[in-house]
Amino acid sequence: MATAQAPQWHVTMSDLKGKVDPDWCPGCGDFGVLAAVEKALVELQIPNHNVVTISGIGCSSNFPGFINTYGMHTLHGRALAVATGVKLANHDLTVLVTGGDGDGFGIGGNHFMHTMRRNVDLLYIAMDNQIYGLTTGQTSPTSRVGMKTKSMPFGNIESPVNPISIALAAGATFVARGFSAEQRHLTELIKKGIEHKGFSFLDVFSPCVTYNHDNTYQWFRPRVKKLEDDTAYDPSDWLAAMQKSLLWGDEIPIGKFFERTDLPALHAAEPVLNASTLVRADPRVPPVMALSFIEELM
Amino acid sequence: MKQTFAIGIGGAAGQGVATPGDIFAKIFSRRGLHLNAYNAYQSIIRGGHTFLTIRIGPKRVTNMGDRIDLLIPLNQDTMNRHLSLLADGAACVYNSDTIKPGEAAAGVQLCPLPVSRLADITRNKVAQNTLAVGAGLSMAGLGFQALEEVLTEQFKKKGDAVVTENVGIARAGYDYASANFKPFAWPLPMTENRYAVLSGNIAMAMGGAAAGVKFYCAYPMSPSTGVLHWMAAHARKAGIMVRQVEDEIGVINMAIGAAHAGVRAMCATSGGGFALMSEGLGLSAMMETPVVVIDCQRAGPSTGVPTKTEQGDLWQMLGAAFGDYPRVIACPLDIGDSFKIIADIFNITDRFQCPGIVLTDLLLSEGRLSVDPKDLDFAPPIDRGELITAPDSNTNGGYQRYKITDSGISPRAIPGVAGYTHTAASDEHDEQGVLISDEFTNPTKRRNMMEKRMRKVAGIAAAVPPPQLRGPHDADVTLIGWGSTKGVIEEACEILTEQGIRANHLQIRWLVPLHGDVIVDILKNAHRTIIVENNYSGQFARYLRSETSFVPAGYIRKYDGEPFMPHHIVQAVIEQMNGKTQLSVPVHEILV
Repeated sequence: MATAQAPQWHVTMSDLKGKVDPDWCPGCGDFGVLAAVEKALVELQIPNHNVVTISGIGCSSNFPGFINTYGMHTLHGRALAVATGVKLANHDLTVLVTGGDGDGFGIGGNHFMHTMRRNVDLLYIAMDNQIYGLTTGQTSPTSRVGMKTKSMPFGNIESPVNPISIALAAGATFVARGFSAEQRHLTELIKKGIEHKGFSFLDVFSPCVTYNHDNTYQWFRPRVKKLEDDTAYDPSDWLAAMQKSLLWGDEIPIGKFFERTDLPALHAAEPVLNASTLVRADPRVPPVMALSFIEELM
Repeated sequence: MKQTFAIGIGGAAGQGVATPGDIFAKIFSRRGLHLNAYNAYQSIIRGGHTFLTIRIGPKRVTNMGDRIDLLIPLNQDTMNRHLSLLADGAACVYNSDTIKPGEAAAGVQLCPLPVSRLADITRNKVAQNTLAVGAGLSMAGLGFQALEEVLTEQFKKKGDAVVTENVGIARAGYDYASANFKPFAWPLPMTENRYAVLSGNIAMAMGGAAAGVKFYCAYPMSPSTGVLHWMAAHARKAGIMVRQVEDEIGVINMAIGAAHAGVRAMCATSGGGFALMSEGLGLSAMMETPVVVIDCQRAGPSTGVPTKTEQGDLWQMLGAAFGDYPRVIACPLDIGDSFKIIADIFNITDRFQCPGIVLTDLLLSEGRLSVDPKDLDFAPPIDRGELITAPDSNTNGGYQRYKITDSGISPRAIPGVAGYTHTAASDEHDEQGVLISDEFTNPTKRRNMMEKRMRKVAGIAAAVPPPQLRGPHDADVTLIGWGSTKGVIEEACEILTEQGIRANHLQIRWLVPLHGDVIVDILKNAHRTIIVENNYSGQFARYLRSETSFVPAGYIRKYDGEPFMPHHIVQAVIEQMNGKTQLSVPVHEILV
């Protein structure tokens, strides 16, 4: 793919350094996600000009500005729709989508579901902090029942969504969960997600140190259990993945829940893209074809 | 008066109104006759009432006209609704087994077809339609051969037996009419020309293919869905990626993604879908990623009347998305122009890296017109603007996506090009694309970036031609319209001139940029100006006034869901010249 065309490229961590440093709060989980993405790109040696990092709006959605790849900072909730257009127009690009839980599961919920069923070849990293941060602390779709925020000061009475179960039900072909504080584990999941040929969903616990005092690093650390440590767990078993996705409380699984490789990605299923990427295709309709289009009308 | 001939075919949805319409259209266009077809229908799949008008003539036919020469009612309801429209010289061909004629005006020929005697109706449920087509063509003085050819094409997939059966039925209708009914006063001429017959939706879809559109996506919405249908059916041949998306929010954002990656991307919708797209339009403007959205207006507000026409979305287009940003809005003047306008608008949006809107309406989207194939040019100029698609040695590291320039245009690099990595941002940003909405917020940078983007407005105005006055310069009345009303206004002017009222007209094709100074220059010497538009509040009149302070002498408006007919405008002009009113709202006489 892209790497084969540009073998002279050697990507280092400094190549990936963005034009500005992240302005997240000190201690924000998002720093860990950025670091893991950079490490994954270096380890995979994907030239940064062949990567497009696309986000919606929110704290975590400022991500594209903090990494030196092609980037798009789009509308709240719309990153996956934009990313689908990018990938279909140039499927040689590696597409990463980053955003928060409000962006992806709230306002962007519809695109989340449909991008998964389409199996668009991209990695979607949801930096899930169970709170709205940039709007200064309101309840999010993943906030737990009872959580007190500025928008629900007497406690949340709505059940949170389960992003992993939704992804499995919607047909995502790669479903995983990471924890920002587990760098090596997270980096490996990102690499696997990029390499997976289809839609990869990676939900990452990325604690908000300013507004979420319930789901802190201290809260997650004793609870997260790596699926990879369970040798009996088979990530090709969808039902087992669904069962694991329901675990929440004293034990919260992280790692690869599910992967299937038998379905073509959207761009691979579309014959229009057989010959070349859209962006490299001749924009002109061949004259013989044009004539046939007109003849149909006569 | 124009020499034309109009056929009206009516029935319930599902009764097969479209097929005889298609057959007539094919036969006439192959005989070198121009035609205009308009189908008045309802939002119902089976039942209700559908009324198709096909108007034919040796010269360009631009609208449905005022008169029906041949009425073919496929059910009693159609007979009841429309017989009274017929005037001296017209005829009504109907199934006398099932339909009773009403009271016809003097000189109207009632032509009963004894359908069960002429065809086996137990075998062929649409026998009455085929018989009526045969009869009508006989009365219009056309030979049978053309009909036989078209029927053979139509049914050849179903096998020889079906072809023979249908040709036989048509022949029976043709012969019965030759023996029993009086032919029309003037036989239809034949010319050497051959025309393509297409809808505005097909024209816009093909225009997109010709303009190099590589990505098309949509959510189905009447009356824009025809664009999706053509695109989907021809995607593989034309090399276009076509996607049906979950909603119009997804549509515009997906199109922006594809456009950002370097291809021409287009989408179409109607008012309701456009409302969902408006935030995306702002994103296109802010990221400076060109995208073209087609809005096919239907009668609103809300879900409104999905199958009826209106020009009621203008202010939605003008105000779509918050904040100030450069946009272009073009409205095709007829179905042929619907093809051409796509390449025109892409050349502007690509050059100026801004969103473009093609504002059309159901009348053009779903209406059909004969177009000279030479006017369907699949090799129009394509100007992609300042687009960087390959690496070079100059810019390594120093590239500024949003470089401040005199023109406001900053060279745009597409993802994948080494040495040009940058972030395109929805938040306000500096020349490098770094957000200036957070710790780098800076009023000077914000002002500079606003001014950079808005400088493109002057460039766009210079790149788009101003409108021109058509007709005599010292006319008694000047009619002003925009978009789809061009054809009917043109004909109204001809009729008025024949009646001794000299009329000219100004039709607006580019709503933004408007060229208000040129318009005022044209109108300031006019004797009497009247703005004609298909909406309640005079949206264009308000827009023109807001841009230029120009106030016309009168207004002709229609908001009943149906298009103008020439006599509506003629009578309104006369009543206004007689000082009866400044605002005319013509009544649509055809009950559909």
